[in-house]
Amino acid sequence: MRKMEKDQDKIINDVTSGDYKYGFYTDIETDRISKGLSEDIIRIISLKKHEPDWLLEFRLKAFRHWLTLKMPAWANLKIPAIDYQDIIYYAAPKQKASYENIDNIDPELKKTFDKLGIPLEEQKHLSGVAVDAVMDSVSVKTTFRETLAESGIIFCSFSDAVKEYPDLVRRYMGTVVPYTDNFFASLNSAVFSDGSFCYIPKGVRCPMELSTYFRINAASTGQFERTLLVADEEAYVSYLEGCTAPMRDENQLHAAIVEIIAENNAEVKYSTVQNWYPGDKNGRGGIFNFVTKRGLCRGENSKISWTQIETGSAITWKYPSCILRGDNSTGEFYSVAVTNNHQQADTGTKMIHIGKNTKSTIVSKGISAGFSNNSYRGLVKVLKNASGARNFSQCDSLLLGDKCGAHTFPYIEVDNQTAIVEHEATTSKIGEDQIFYCNQRGISTEDAVALIVNGYAREVINKLPMEFAVEAQKLLQISLEGSVG
Amino acid sequence: METEKTNNIMLSIKNLKAAIDSKVILKGISLDVKAGEIHAIMGPNGSGKSTLAAVLAGREFVEVTEGTVTYFGRNLLEMTPEERSMEGIFLGFQYPIEIPGVSMVNFMKAAVNEHRKHNGIEPLSASDFLKLMREKKELVEIDSKLANRSVNEGFSGGEKKKNEIFQMAMLEPKLAILDETDSGLDIDALRIVANGVNKLKRPDTSVIVITHYQRLLDFIIPDVVHVLYDGRIVKTAGKELALELEDKGYDWIKKEVDKNDLS
Repeated sequence: MRKMEKDQDKIINDVTSGDYKYGFYTDIETDRISKGLSEDIIRIISLKKHEPDWLLEFRLKAFRHWLTLKMPAWANLKIPAIDYQDIIYYAAPKQKASYENIDNIDPELKKTFDKLGIPLEEQKHLSGVAVDAVMDSVSVKTTFRETLAESGIIFCSFSDAVKEYPDLVRRYMGTVVPYTDNFFASLNSAVFSDGSFCYIPKGVRCPMELSTYFRINAASTGQFERTLLVADEEAYVSYLEGCTAPMRDENQLHAAIVEIIAENNAEVKYSTVQNWYPGDKNGRGGIFNFVTKRGLCRGENSKISWTQIETGSAITWKYPSCILRGDNSTGEFYSVAVTNNHQQADTGTKMIHIGKNTKSTIVSKGISAGFSNNSYRGLVKVLKNASGARNFSQCDSLLLGDKCGAHTFPYIEVDNQTAIVEHEATTSKIGEDQIFYCNQRGISTEDAVALIVNGYAREVINKLPMEFAVEAQKLLQISLEGSVG
Repeated sequence: METEKTNNIMLSIKNLKAAIDSKVILKGISLDVKAGEIHAIMGPNGSGKSTLAAVLAGREFVEVTEGTVTYFGRNLLEMTPEERSMEGIFLGFQYPIEIPGVSMVNFMKAAVNEHRKHNGIEPLSASDFLKLMREKKELVEIDSKLANRSVNEGFSGGEKKKNEIFQMAMLEPKLAILDETDSGLDIDALRIVANGVNKLKRPDTSVIVITHYQRLLDFIIPDVVHVLYDGRIVKTAGKELALELEDKGYDWIKKEVDKNDLS
C-alpha cells in the first residue's frame, strides 16, 4: 500500500505541474485610474466612457445599493477577504483615435491577441466567427461588424451600443439581472467598463458564431464586463466567450454580468470556455471569478442553452440560469467544471419554471484533482402555474486522487402537482486499474487520464461549436495532465 | 534469420522472486520462451500464476525482490508498462477493466497509434483504422456494435474475453500472455477465443497461456507445459502433462513437492 500511495502522489504531482500557457503579460501603455471605489471613481469611469446621464444614474444607484450589501457567504468556498478599495476599476490600453481601423491598433495589442489565437484581422479569422476582443476595461476590436450589419445584426462593444443604440440598451439592460440582484451584480452594475452587445432582429438566423474574448492584462485591476444579448422573435444565435489572464501572485477580481433575452420562438446558445489564470500549484494568485449569468426565455417556445467548460480561476462562483417565463420554453445547462491544485469552484444553475410546459435539462460534470474543491449547486423551481413542467438533472463527479473534494447541493422546489422533476447523481474515481489497463495497451498515464476525462465530459463537449470542442478537449488535458486516484 | 528466429530466446526469466505487500509469492522462477513457442503455465489456485503475469506486464504493486527478466536481450523490469506493450508484450486480463465513457474505437485508436508512433510509422487515418477494426473483429467473431460501446462496460463475461483477443489482434504482439482467458467461458466462446489465438499465431510470435484447466489446451496446443505450485515451477514437460493433470488433478504434484520439501 505504501508504495501505491507514493506512486499516486507522484502521478498527481506530475499532473498538477501542467503549465498555464496564457500567463504572459503585454507591456503596453495603459490608461488607468487610481485604486479605490467611490462615487467619484464611478463618475470618472462614466466620464471616460462619455456616457449619458441615465447610465451614470444607474451606476450610482447600483453603487449605493452595493454599499448596503455583504459578500455572500453561503457558497462552499473559502474566500479570503477582498479589499475593494485596493482594486483599480478602470484600465485601458492607450489608444489612438479609433480601433475600428485595424491600422490604428497598437501592434503589441495585435500580437497579444495573435498569441491567444484570436487574430484581429478579419481575413485571418476562422471563417464564420465574429469576435469582440476585450482587454481589461475596453473592447479593442469587433470583427465582422459590417458583414453582420447587412442582415440587421448588431454586434459591438457595450460602450458603442450605449452610444449608438441607447434605446435598445435602456430597454433591456438590467431586466434579467437587476442591479439589486446580488452583491457582485450590484458591484458590476456600478463599475462595469465594457463587454459585448448583441441584437439579432426578428426572423434572422445569425450566419456566424459570435464570440467575445476577455483578456485581463494590467496588474491590480479588476475586470467587470457586461454582456447583453437579445434574440428577437424567431431569431437564432450561437455565442461563445473565452477568457485568459497573466500569471500573477496577486488575486485579481472578475465580476461579470451576462443577460440574455429570448423572445417568441427565439433560440440562444451561449458557450463559455473559462480559462482564467487558476493560480500556481500552491494556490498563490489566480482570478476570483464571481459571475452572474442569466437568461430570460420571455417568449413562447423560446430556448436558451448554456454550455460551459470551466477550467480556470482560483475561485469560481457562477450559476448560469434560465427563467422560463414563456409557455413551452426550454432551458439547458451543460457544464464541465475542472478544479486542480488549490482551485475552488461552486457552480451550477437555476432553472425557474414559470410558463406552462416548460422544459429544462441540467448536465453537470465535475472533475476534481489535487487539493481542490468542486461543488455543484443547482436550483430547480417550478412555480404554481407551470403545469406540465419537466426537468431532468444529472450531476456527476469524477475524483482524481484522494485529497480533493466533490460536493453536490441540489435544491428542488415544486409548487405544481403536474411537474416531473428527475435528478441523477454519480461519483466516480479514475482507478489505478483503468490506468494500468490503458498502459498495458501502450497508452501513457497522461494520455489515459485525458482519454478517460474526455470520455466522461464528452456529452458536454459535444454541445460546443466544433472549432471550440477541439480546443476544449486540449484544455481539459492541460488542466489535468496525469492525475490518478 | 530463419534459424535465429526459431532458436532465439525471446523471454528469459531467471530465479525470479516477487512479493505483494511483503508477502512472498514467487519464490524463484526460471523459464525461457523461444520465439515461436507456446507455453502453458498451469497450477492450483494461489500458486502465483497471475502474479507472474503481473510482473511481466509491469504492475507496480508486485515487488520484484530478486532475479532477472530479459526480453529480446533487454532488462524487462526496467521498462514501463506502456513501453513493454509497445515492444510487443500483450497481457490478456483475467478480469478486463471497464472504462465508462471511453469508446472502444477511441481506446483502440489511441493504442494502435501509440504503437505505430513507437515504430516510427504514421498514425492510421480514421477510415483505415475503422477498416482494420472491421477485419480484426471478423477474425475473433465479435459483435460489430462493440466498437461504439464503452470499453468493457456492460459486456458479458464472454464478450470481455473476446474483446481481449480482439485487442490482441489489433496490436499484433510478439509475446501474448493470456491470464486465465478461459475462465468463465462456455464451450462456444472458448472455441472462438482459442481460434482467434491460433489464427493470430505467427511462426515468430510466442504465447504464454496461463490456465487452471486443461480444456483450453485442447484448442491451443502448447509446446511446453509448466506446473506452478507455491511460487515455484515444479514440473516442466510436453503437452501430455496437461492431460495427466486433467486426469489426476493437482494433488499428486502437491504431494510430490511437499514430500521433497520434507526430505
